[in-house]
Amino acid sequence: MLSLPTAHCAACISAVERRLMQYPGVRDARVNLSLKRVSIETEPDVRPQDLIEALEGIGYEAHELDAEALAATAAERESRDLLMRLAVAGFAMMNVMLLSVAVWSGAADATRDLFHWISALITLPAIAFSGQPFFRNAWKALRVRRLNMDVPISLAIILAGGLSLYETMQGGRHAYFDAALSLTFFLLAGRYLDFRTRAVARSAAQELSALEVPRATRIEEGEERAVSVSDLRPGDLVLVRPGGRMPADGIVERGESELDRSLLTGETMPVFAGPGMAVSAGEINLTGPLTLRVTAAGEESSLNRLADLVAMAESAKNSYTSLADRAARIYAPGVHLLSALALIGWYAATADLRLALNIAVSVLIITCPCALGLAVPAVVTAASGRLFRRGMLIKSATALERLAEVDTVVFDKTGTLTQGAPEPLALDRHPRERLSIARALAEASSHPLARSLAGAIREMGIEAADVSDLEEVPGHGVRGRWKGREIRLGRADWLGAQAGEGTATWLKIGDEPPAAFEFKDHLRKGAEEAVRALEAQGMEVILLSGDSETAVRRFAAMLGIGRYHAGVRPEEKAEIVLGLAAEGRRVLMAGDGLNDTAALAAAHVSISPATALDAARVASDIVIMGSDISPLGETIVTARRARARIRENFAIALLYNMIAVPIALAGYATPLAAALAMSASSITVSLNALRLRR
Amino acid sequence: MDVLIYLIPASLFLGGIGLAAFFWALKNNQFDDPEGDRHRILNSDWDDEPKP
Repeated sequence: MLSLPTAHCAACISAVERRLMQYPGVRDARVNLSLKRVSIETEPDVRPQDLIEALEGIGYEAHELDAEALAATAAERESRDLLMRLAVAGFAMMNVMLLSVAVWSGAADATRDLFHWISALITLPAIAFSGQPFFRNAWKALRVRRLNMDVPISLAIILAGGLSLYETMQGGRHAYFDAALSLTFFLLAGRYLDFRTRAVARSAAQELSALEVPRATRIEEGEERAVSVSDLRPGDLVLVRPGGRMPADGIVERGESELDRSLLTGETMPVFAGPGMAVSAGEINLTGPLTLRVTAAGEESSLNRLADLVAMAESAKNSYTSLADRAARIYAPGVHLLSALALIGWYAATADLRLALNIAVSVLIITCPCALGLAVPAVVTAASGRLFRRGMLIKSATALERLAEVDTVVFDKTGTLTQGAPEPLALDRHPRERLSIARALAEASSHPLARSLAGAIREMGIEAADVSDLEEVPGHGVRGRWKGREIRLGRADWLGAQAGEGTATWLKIGDEPPAAFEFKDHLRKGAEEAVRALEAQGMEVILLSGDSETAVRRFAAMLGIGRYHAGVRPEEKAEIVLGLAAEGRRVLMAGDGLNDTAALAAAHVSISPATALDAARVASDIVIMGSDISPLGETIVTARRARARIRENFAIALLYNMIAVPIALAGYATPLAAALAMSASSITVSLNALRLRR
Repeated sequence: MDVLIYLIPASLFLGGIGLAAFFWALKNNQFDDPEGDRHRILNSDWDDEPKP
């Protein structure tokens, strides 16, 4: 299973499928364009990495997904279940509506009673089946003595059905069967949309955890090999790079480092780790590379905790009260009060219980949150769908609302505004020995510069030197020992070198003067457009980077960013973001590295690219699936428009209630009026939401 | 109005067939990838025979 963020057309489907089918060992490949994925059936010896490269060869970006984590889950079943109930409600509604039209257009006496009876026969079982999700939720809320949106909904559906049945038995003129069914239908439609959007968000979270740990670096006879975590067995040797999470429980064989165990113990102080120490899956390796002997792998260790981490990151943001919640909190008690008042008032005035009940129920039906139930889900679905097509995954349910409030955008430079894959320049200027030492040091770090350097030297066919005591000094570089001399690879100021103009990392061997490896980092596709679009919207754009002053200044000038902070350490990033928040600003943080994680969590909303480090992706609300970040400006515009639509929808629902409720209270509401008003408002609200798709 | 005796069951029956067809489609994964199916109709792979 691969993720295909850039696939969008008929040609993409056939190109991808044809390329994959040509690949030796591929049995079947099918693209799912709705989910932007391709599922591939292969012989067991085909490596996903090769397929990704094959697809990149024809110009499609691909990422590996963990098929197990994405397999048809409970969510899938529930969505089908909702769709089925929706279909039943729709079917019943159409039939009852036909019969009702006959009644409204003047069927009388025996014919009317017959039609009412047939309607009852269709309606009651349909409601009993389709209304279950509402009844269940309402019952759950009532049992703990709380009110939610489902209580007035269930009450209205049940009372409408029950009262109509009673009226039918009495041969009465008015029956609300069609209203009960269209209520169920419209609300189920809203519920289904809501569920689907959230399922997308949830599967995004799953997709991320699927992107995250399934790969571990196993050492097989001195060779590093990327393997799936589920393939790890006790006894395997695994290399964990700094910034990476332990893929399994194990004992440290080689290497020294510090571990962030806050996930497991709640302690924030890093713990020293050295040979012989036991580590658990989920702990984050902070500074030096560690080689582990696996003691326990599989479900019980890493994957579960990872899922917990995603959930934790999500629940941390849940304190935000969405517009819908605020509306529901006022709405539910208000409706019940109104309907109870109608019952008491009319009974007191006329002493006719049947009439009073009729009016109370018509109030309940008319105020019932048909439009309200659709107001938010329809908009969120339309907006998320639009952004998904642009390659943005909205992970959090309230991310759009929070995004609409943003007024300041903070960018991390490396990996976010740049490709994060800087290429070393003129490596052949350096002697082989220096390169082999550099490779050994660079391989020990997950810093983008180091990874690129290591990769480039590896491609030149130069072996890594035998370096011991490898240790990453966070924010500075990597240190090691080679033939008894201290060697260091890292930032200029750490090595006592004069920082040059461009991006560079420096290597110092013993007392020799430091040598520079210069890099050129390509601007990420769409970075300029994104910054320009954001500034055009009146946002302040701030650039943060751990790089040298000159490089950052030049970079900021190139993109036209006025405010920047250079040489920022990880903890300072979060402080800057918190400082901005204290000034009352709503900060959108875009970052990709381990050093951004704290800032991402501290920001009002956060975005990270799909290539980001796992911890950063977990901490952010929105993930950019493609490598192009130009949709960023548009995302905020879309979020603002979505918020405007939601408010408009509430206004429409309120307006409709303001007109309809007095009529119902006065006792003039007929089933025909209720049906017309309900359909009209629901359709208006949905159409208003659909405007977002353009 | 006697015709109603036939017409109402007939209309319910026809509607029921539609509902059953929908259930069948849902159970057979026909709604898994609406976006893709929309585009797939345009390409000429497997035009002569269904994909095995």
